[in-house]
Amino acid sequence: MTDHALTSAPHPVAPFPPTQPTPRQRLALSHARALWGALFGTPVNAAITLACVAVLAVSLPPLVRWALVDAVWSGPAERCADGGGACWAFIGEKLRYILFGFYDQDRQWRPLAATLILLGLAGMSAAPLFWRRATLGVWLVGLAVALLLLCGLPDGPPVPTERWSGLPINLLLTTIGMIGAFPVAVLLALARRSRMGGLRSLAVLFIEVTRGVPLIAVLYVATLLVPLMLPSGLTIDKLLRAQVAIILFVSAYLAEIIRAGLQAIPDGQYEAARALGLTYWGTMRLVILPQALRTVIPSIVNLTIGLFQDTTLIVAIGLFDVLNTARNAAKDPAWLGFYTEAFGFAALIYLTVCVLASRYSLWLEARLRRVER
Amino acid sequence: MRSLSHSSPPPHPTSPTNAKGLAPRLLIAGALSLALGLALTGAAKAGPTLDAIKARGTIKVGVGTQPGFFSPDSNGRWQGFFVDFGRALSIAVFNDPDKVQFIASSPQQRLPSLQSGEFDILLSGVTQTFTRATKLGFHFGPVVFYDGQGLLVPKKLGVTKGKELNGATVCVQTGTTGELNITDFFRQNKITFKPVVIEETAENQKAFASGRCDVLTQDSSDLAITRTLLPKPDDYVLLPERISKEPLAPAIRYGDDQWLEIVNWVVNATIQAEEFGITQANVDSFLTSSDPGIRRFLGVDPSLGEAAKLDPKFIYTIIKTVGNYGEIFDRHVGPKTKVALERGHNALWTQGGLLYAPPFR
Repeated sequence: MTDHALTSAPHPVAPFPPTQPTPRQRLALSHARALWGALFGTPVNAAITLACVAVLAVSLPPLVRWALVDAVWSGPAERCADGGGACWAFIGEKLRYILFGFYDQDRQWRPLAATLILLGLAGMSAAPLFWRRATLGVWLVGLAVALLLLCGLPDGPPVPTERWSGLPINLLLTTIGMIGAFPVAVLLALARRSRMGGLRSLAVLFIEVTRGVPLIAVLYVATLLVPLMLPSGLTIDKLLRAQVAIILFVSAYLAEIIRAGLQAIPDGQYEAARALGLTYWGTMRLVILPQALRTVIPSIVNLTIGLFQDTTLIVAIGLFDVLNTARNAAKDPAWLGFYTEAFGFAALIYLTVCVLASRYSLWLEARLRRVER
Repeated sequence: MRSLSHSSPPPHPTSPTNAKGLAPRLLIAGALSLALGLALTGAAKAGPTLDAIKARGTIKVGVGTQPGFFSPDSNGRWQGFFVDFGRALSIAVFNDPDKVQFIASSPQQRLPSLQSGEFDILLSGVTQTFTRATKLGFHFGPVVFYDGQGLLVPKKLGVTKGKELNGATVCVQTGTTGELNITDFFRQNKITFKPVVIEETAENQKAFASGRCDVLTQDSSDLAITRTLLPKPDDYVLLPERISKEPLAPAIRYGDDQWLEIVNWVVNATIQAEEFGITQANVDSFLTSSDPGIRRFLGVDPSLGEAAKLDPKFIYTIIKTVGNYGEIFDRHVGPKTKVALERGHNALWTQGGLLYAPPFR
């Protein structure tokens, strides 16, 4: 390629156009053809392409002008009122509040560290290199450290969970939700495929009832009904109640995913394990579950993305996740009404996390397909 | 202040809704009514609130989220009109404005949460009503804010009174008492109107801003904020009429008379201080007053504090820390703030308002 380019570059018109393009050129050409075909290959495609271009042409310039050209990047709220664009100064002023909410201002390194630990753990477990037993231990240690940090321990006065808010809440509810739901879900999935009728019926009942109820109703029950059922004087922390509700809710969905994985294992595997003299639990632990779980990892990633988005529902029970802190940031009379910027920023956080996770999920599926071959 | 003051449980089993949404709504409605039912049987047994507060070392105050009334500032510290009353209570009980924990609560869950003991007091702008006081089992303290449904109109209509709105188009939210009130108002005045009924608050405001209707009706505290968010706030005016009564008062559970009295007299003290002319700035100069009423009030003569088993100077500290009623009002929702509310009904009785504190003796 380089040789060819060097020799042909000085000539404005190549005297002998190469009849045989190099493989790279051929590849580029086929890409271009495919792209052209996708965009304008048929009249319908062409129409869709033109419509999209038209929509972008209409919507993009005002958006760019609002978000970039006319935007106010710093200064007091009054300056934003004068400019016609987005008020990113608002996000600058409120960033700490949106991310960490009511947490003590002089100790905000704690939620920051907890957030980084949780993100780090998630990032680490994304690499197949770390899909091993020891990772579980790292997770438990990491979670314990994150929780201790948020609690304000070991040094200094404890921070009540009412003041935990913002992004750490979303991450905490998601990660503990998935990890807590996992053992429950495995047992539920096994029970649902069990030959013991009573056990199977109970598992079916729990799974179907939970899946038939929206998460928000489960949260309401945990917030409003549970405290009334407890003996007077005994109170359970509201965040903990929400967390337990989320674990139980997610476990029903996760159980169905795992059950699908179990069904994908051919009978021969069970028979072979039994022939080796393994017990039921030995069969499951050593032979069936490792294979079943591996096949459903992409589905589990999907469920996690969904759960991360669903954690914002805790706004209904008066907890402040990152979407709720963003919204309330715009209710400060000093910075009143910058809802578009607030929601835009929260959307950006969700979008970043979810796009990363879904790209990862795609990559993972491709990788697993390769491994199977 | 719709979200604040009309807090019938949100799921309206009878409201038109699609089949998909109905089941969860019914379920939540069931859960809520069950919650209230259970709560009523449990209420009598609950221990005295004040003991729990003292044992815990903080007061748990349920609040809402509305600019000027309660909103977190950039440091994550709650600020607002109702919030200052929470701080005043903390001073009365602990002699410290920060021994108070504000817990945000949605309109749907605040009453059940108060009932289940999640808060010691609900300062979220609840309308005092008969059924809430009797059937639901809540005591109400003195009204801290007289709200009511108002009418916002563009100035260019040249209207100064609601009665002049014959034939007007009115934007109103569906499924609220607002719709009923506005219909009654026009019928009583024997004039007609065309309702534009919209479900979403934000959509409602957008419709008004774009000129689809001549009048926007909501609780006046909401309208004041809506007005500041309109593209040209000065082109609109809030008419003086209030077509419904929404007295917003602190709510507590049955079963702790002493706690109720502390709430009563803390609110009354801020009102009485304004009547005396005692402010955050000049309170110290009143300490040397020879007026026995003021000496009792500020705790120079400790008889009141002793009778209430509180720090004798609790009123002095409250005025010094958060100010009198008028100062609290002006700081958070008064004419100089973005909320820009006039005192209206919330002025002292001596100035044509409804605020009247019983005597401190």
